[in-house]
Amino acid sequence: MIFDFSNYDQLIPLVTNSLIAAALLGLVGGLIGIFVMTRDMSFAVHGISELSFAGASVALLVGMDVVAGSIVGSLVAALIIGVLGSRAKDRNSIIAVLMPFGLGLGILALSLYPGRASNKFGLLTGQIVSVNGTSLEWLAGIAILVVIALAVIWRPLSFASLDPEVAEARGVKTGTLSIVFLVLLGLAVAASVQVVGALLVLSLLVTPAASALRVTSSPKLAPVLSVAFALTASVGGILLALGGGLPISPYITSISFLIYLSCRLIAYLRRVRK
Amino acid sequence: MSKPVLSVKNASLAFGEKALWHGLNLDVAPGEFIAVLGTNGSGKTTLMKAILGQQKLNSGSIEIAGKPVKHGSRDVGYIPQHRAVDASTPLLARDLLTLGLSGHRYGIPLHAKRDRARVEHILGCINGFDLARKPIGELSGGELQRFRVGQAVINEPDLILADEPLSALDPAQQKIVADLLDQERKEHSAAVLFVTHDVNPILSMVDRVLYLANGSYRIGTPDEVMRSEVLSELYDTEIDVVRNQGRIVVVGTTNHDHHHEEEWT
Repeated sequence: MIFDFSNYDQLIPLVTNSLIAAALLGLVGGLIGIFVMTRDMSFAVHGISELSFAGASVALLVGMDVVAGSIVGSLVAALIIGVLGSRAKDRNSIIAVLMPFGLGLGILALSLYPGRASNKFGLLTGQIVSVNGTSLEWLAGIAILVVIALAVIWRPLSFASLDPEVAEARGVKTGTLSIVFLVLLGLAVAASVQVVGALLVLSLLVTPAASALRVTSSPKLAPVLSVAFALTASVGGILLALGGGLPISPYITSISFLIYLSCRLIAYLRRVRK
Repeated sequence: MSKPVLSVKNASLAFGEKALWHGLNLDVAPGEFIAVLGTNGSGKTTLMKAILGQQKLNSGSIEIAGKPVKHGSRDVGYIPQHRAVDASTPLLARDLLTLGLSGHRYGIPLHAKRDRARVEHILGCINGFDLARKPIGELSGGELQRFRVGQAVINEPDLILADEPLSALDPAQQKIVADLLDQERKEHSAAVLFVTHDVNPILSMVDRVLYLANGSYRIGTPDEVMRSEVLSELYDTEIDVVRNQGRIVVVGTTNHDHHHEEEWT
């Protein structure tokens, strides 16, 4: 049985932590996703998440904090991509090289891990509703940091992403911004890996923004819609998962995907009516 | 003469053996309109990059308003070549103006109201109210370049650098955009350095021509530079400059690599 919503009111308090985590991730994913889209970096998100998975797995093996390991893996990947891959073509090949390496390293660490790890596959495919207090502090810290940093660099980063030639001519530090953005992206990915798993990070960091950009070209409305879509998927996913007893990720990815399909349909209908 | 807004002194740039230009001297007076001409590969765009501080010189110096160039400048308005914009780009036409005004600023917008008023003013100048809320991916080439002109003047720069802003536009659009640029640079008393391979759409507004070729250059009024003997000497081959109904056509005659007929007619 996929859904069973009896005792639902008693379950909700047990997942408060997860709901907060999901809301934070929705906010971060929705915002940063806009730049992932406009800077054409969806593939980079995938590459960073695999190294994040490797970092987390190695941390698990050597008995370190998993979230910390995940962050280290993310940041290493983000910096390698940022420094070596300033040109789009270089970037894609570097990511394609890093990605299987990260995945392999992570699988190696997990195979060597002697204990019974419930989050063994959780790191790849997401957790069954369970975000404990410590993880939540990490997630909240990362989310607040990323959102504040994005707010500070929002205008120059938009300029550099959407109109790079003129931005550079006007003295915007496009190179520095690109590195800063990748670091923020690395942090956002590391946070998302904890909840939806490395393989499904794109559903929070790319799909909501991609959906929003299907239905609006306004630089003000796009991030608002993107955050709304990401929140619907992440929080809604957990609420549905409560009644199911399955991992939350399939719910999150399905909602995210349905929103995307709806947005494409709306865009199509608008075009036809014109 | 009042202080030049742009001063290029004895500037040389070479890639390997090939000198793009050598010993280039150029002072641009406030409000002056200069056309930069030359074939592909003559270093027009590289000169523009050098003025923007994105290309180091081998020797010499470039100053904008008396200060050595840095990487990019807020004293300069920049108009790029027209390129098709991806349809999903989340920018409305008026946002181009906003970016030109405050896109370099960090933090939360503190002067949103003042900025909006300024954007409205420029929208009026470029006759862009009807297009303001259109996604830039849906603008025609001429419409986009009109907003580019607005974006370049919105900060009251002393100097506007325009890098082939009319290429890929049809003649009617070229005239609209060129006239708008002329009107706006007068309105905002900015000097213009206009890179182009066709001087005709802007001939009526050009004060001086900088002609780059063969690692050398000539500078002067269009009548001084756009002459058969001057360009023949510069190219070191026979060149015909033909004037026909107010248009200037440069025709390379014998054994020349470049297809001038295509480029300049």
